[in-house]
Amino acid sequence: MGRIGTIARRTFLVGSAALLGGVAFGYYKYRQPVDNPLDDDLAQGEAALTPYVLINADGVTLITPRADKGQGAYSVQAALIAEELDVELDQIKVDPGPPSAAYWNTAIADEGVPFPSTDRGMAAETMRGFMGAVIKLMGMQITGGSTTVPDGFEKLRVAGAVARETLKAAAAEASGLSVTQLKTERGAVVLPDGKRIPYESLAAKAAEIAPVTDVTLRPSTQWRLVGKPMQRVDMVAKSTGTQAYGIDLRMEGMVHAAVRVNPRKGGEMISFDASAVDGMRGVQKVIPVTGGVGVIADNTWRAFQAVDAIEVEWGAAPYPAEQDEHWQALADTIDAGDADATPRDDGDVDGISATVEAELRAPYLAHAPLEPMNATVLVTDSRVDVWTGNQIPRMTQASVAKMTGMELDDVHVHILMMGGSFGHRLEDEVVKRATELAMAMKGTPVKLTYKREEDTLQDFTRPIALMRGRGAVADGKVTAMDIQVAAPSIMDSQMAERQGFPVPGPDTTITQSLWDQPYAIPNYRVTGYRAPKLGPVSSWRSVGASQNGFFHENFLNTLIHAAGADPVEERLRLMTDDPSRKTLEAVAEMSGWGGELAANKARGVAFCLSFGTPCAQIIEITNGEDGIKLDKVWVAAEVGKVVDPVNFENLVAGGVIWGLGHAINSQITYADGMAEQENFWDFEGLRNYQTPEIIVRGMENRGYVTGVGEPPVPPAAPALAEAIFRATGERPFEMPFGNVFTFV
Amino acid sequence: MKLTVNGVAHDVDVEEDMPLLWVLRDELKLDGPKYGCGVAACGACTVHVDGVAVRSCQTMVGDVDGPVTTIEGLGNPDEMHAVQAAWLKHQVAQCGYCQGGQMMQAADLLANNPNPTDADIDDAMSGNLCRCGTYPRIRDAVKSAAETLKVS
Repeated sequence: MGRIGTIARRTFLVGSAALLGGVAFGYYKYRQPVDNPLDDDLAQGEAALTPYVLINADGVTLITPRADKGQGAYSVQAALIAEELDVELDQIKVDPGPPSAAYWNTAIADEGVPFPSTDRGMAAETMRGFMGAVIKLMGMQITGGSTTVPDGFEKLRVAGAVARETLKAAAAEASGLSVTQLKTERGAVVLPDGKRIPYESLAAKAAEIAPVTDVTLRPSTQWRLVGKPMQRVDMVAKSTGTQAYGIDLRMEGMVHAAVRVNPRKGGEMISFDASAVDGMRGVQKVIPVTGGVGVIADNTWRAFQAVDAIEVEWGAAPYPAEQDEHWQALADTIDAGDADATPRDDGDVDGISATVEAELRAPYLAHAPLEPMNATVLVTDSRVDVWTGNQIPRMTQASVAKMTGMELDDVHVHILMMGGSFGHRLEDEVVKRATELAMAMKGTPVKLTYKREEDTLQDFTRPIALMRGRGAVADGKVTAMDIQVAAPSIMDSQMAERQGFPVPGPDTTITQSLWDQPYAIPNYRVTGYRAPKLGPVSSWRSVGASQNGFFHENFLNTLIHAAGADPVEERLRLMTDDPSRKTLEAVAEMSGWGGELAANKARGVAFCLSFGTPCAQIIEITNGEDGIKLDKVWVAAEVGKVVDPVNFENLVAGGVIWGLGHAINSQITYADGMAEQENFWDFEGLRNYQTPEIIVRGMENRGYVTGVGEPPVPPAAPALAEAIFRATGERPFEMPFGNVFTFV
Repeated sequence: MKLTVNGVAHDVDVEEDMPLLWVLRDELKLDGPKYGCGVAACGACTVHVDGVAVRSCQTMVGDVDGPVTTIEGLGNPDEMHAVQAAWLKHQVAQCGYCQGGQMMQAADLLANNPNPTDADIDDAMSGNLCRCGTYPRIRDAVKSAAETLKVS
C-alpha cells in the first residue's frame, strides 16, 4: 500500500466524545489529540462523522478544507469522500470548514525534503514521514504546492468509508439486521428487502454508537467516481453568473472600504492630507493603516474615489529602488560565491572545460488573479469574524488574534470561493488591513476591496532569478552541466518576514526543480545562491520551478543543440526515471516528432519534474510576417491517477497557457521603488487570440498520486524558447520573450 | 435617475459619473457583473445595454440610455440561455470569475453573427481576459452555443 497507507494507519486513530446534543466521531491524533473542529458547532441530531463528514436533517455536507481558487479542489475532495460514502455529487453540499489543525496538509512538506520526488526508498520516505508529522503538529492547513489530491487521495476516502460503516452499524442496530446484510447507495442504507434508510435519518442514531474504524478501502476496479468524468460541484453556478465570491459578500450594515498603502512595499507613510475627501458623498471616515491610509464609504466606488483623492507622502523602499540594481544584486551574490546550497554535485564539474556558457533571466511577476484581494471583517467585544478567500486560514486566524488581542478561539475565519489565486492568496495582508479598519469601526462589518492597481502594486511577486550555466558536450552527447542560480528568498520574505515563521536551512525554492531532474548527466552540479532582500517575493504558480524549469531546460536544449543531438532523443538517453521517460515518449508520439514541417514552422520540447509530477511538452509555432504565432501544444503529465479527466484537461491546458502567457507578455519591473506595471493593460497573460490548440494526455504509470495544478507551467516557456530558436536562429535567454521577439 | 435592469425599472439616486458596474453591484445588489480592472481591460464587468455588450466599469450610469441586461438576466440555473448551457456542457470554468463577462460577450457575438469563424471568435472574445486560461473551452462553447441557437 506504500506511503499513503502508512500515513493513514499512523494517523487515523479515532476516538469519540460526548458533546452538546450529540456525539462527534473521528478525530485525528498524532501524539496529542486534535479536536474535531466540527464538534463546536454541532446541534441536536447532528453527527460529525470524521472531520470531513457532517450529516443532519438537511442532508450530507462534505468538508473540503483545501481552498478552491478555481482548480476544482472542492469537487475533487468531495468526490474522494463520496466514493466511499456512497453519495453522489448532486446530493451533497460542500463546505470548506473552519480553520483547524485537523486539516493539516502532510504533502505540503514533500517538495522540501532533500530527496528527489521519484525516490520512494526508505530514507526518503522516512524523511517525508517525519516532515509530515511536523506539519501535522503545527496544524499547517495550507492549500498549495499541487497537494490537494496527493494529501487527500487516501485520507478522504478513509473518511468516507468510516462514515459509511458507522451509518451501516447504526442502521443494523435500528433494524435488528446484521451489517453484512446491508448495502449503501445514493446516500442511503439499503435493507435486503430494498427499503432505503436515508443517511439523514440515521444521523442521530449514528451519533450514539462507537464509530466503525476498521475499514477497507475499495479496490480501484470498484470505483464509481474516481477516474470518471465528473461535473464539478461549482459548475452550474459558474456557468450562470450565480457563484458568489469573497468580493460579493454582503451583510446588514456593512460598509465599503479602500486603502492605499505605500507602493514602495514595506515603506512607511510619512504623512497624508485628506482634506480633499471632506464632503465627498458617502464617505464616512478616513483611517490610517500600516504603511498607508484607508477610507470607509457606503459604496465601493466612492471609497475608491476618496482614497485616490488623499495626498500622501511615501517613505523610501526597504530595497533597491531601480530594477538594474536588483539584477546587479543577483550577479553580485553569485560572484561572492557564498552558496545557499549545492543539492546536486555529480562527477567532476570543475574538471571539465566548458564549451557552452549562457546567462538566463526570469523577471518578477504579479499573480493578478481576476478577483482582486478583498476581505470583510467584523470586530466586536467578544469575537472577530473574517470572511475572505484565502489559502492559509490558520495563519490568518493567528495574525488577526494577535492584532486584536483576542483569543485564537474567538477569531472565526470563514473561507469563501476565490476568483483565482495562483499563490496570491497565500498572503493575507488584505485581511490585516481590513482588520485595522474594522478595529476602528467596531460593531460594523467592513468590506475592503483592493483596486486593481493596489492589488498589482502591493503584490508580493514571483522572485526575479539569474542563472549562469556552463556545460560541455562530446561525441554527440551532453557530458557536463553546471548551473548556478541566484534569487531572493521566498522563505525569508513570505514565511519569516510576513508570517513570523522562519524556515531553517537552505531555501529549497531557490533550486527547486533544478537539482532533482531525472537526468544522468555525468558531470552535473546545481548551486543555489540566496540574494539579499530585494522586492518582497512570494509563491507564484509552480514557485521556484516556474523560473527554474525555464533555466534548466532552455540551457539543456542549448547544450543538446551544441552536441548536434535531437532534444527528444538525448533526453530519453539521459533519463533515469521510467514514468518521466514515458511522458516524453507520449508527446513525441502525439505530435509525430521528427516529421517534416512547413518552412516557416518550428517545434520545441521541454520537460520538468515538479511537485512530484513529470510533465513533457512540445510546442509548434509559425514564424510569419506578423510575428510568431503559437499553433499547437502537446502535453503529457504523469500523476499516478487522474481523478477527474474533465477537470484535469482544463487545469493542464490552463497551466500551459499560464506558462506561455507570462513567458511572452509579462514582467514586473521597479522604478523609484515601485512596480512600473499596475493593471492588465501593462500586465497581462495570454489572451484568446494568442492561445494555441492544446492536446493533453494524463499518464498513470506508477503507484502514487501527485497533483497537477502547477506542473504544466514550468515546461511551457523553455519549449517555446526552443521553438523560437529553431524558427529564428536566435535563442531567448530572458523572459518575457516579447521584449525581443514579436508575437502575433 | 431611471434605470431598467433585467426588465425591472429602478430609480437610483447616484452620481451621474458613477460607473454602471458599481450601481449594479452596490446599489442594485446584482453581483453577476464582476470588478476586475476598472479600466475596460479585462471584460469581467461586461453587460448588455440596449442589447450591445459594454464594459460596465467604464460606462457612466448617466450615459446609459437603454435597458441593461446582466448575466442574471441572460438566464438562470433553471432556465439557461444557450450560451450558459454550452458553458456548463463544456465545463468551461475554473475559478469562474471572468465567465459571466465571457458569456455576455459571447451572447452579443452570436446575436450578431450566428456562424462565427475561429477568427471571429478570437476577435470578439480577446478583450475578455481569463487568468485561469480557459480559452480553448470558451472557443468550443461558443461554437456549441452557435449550433444550439441555429436549431432553436
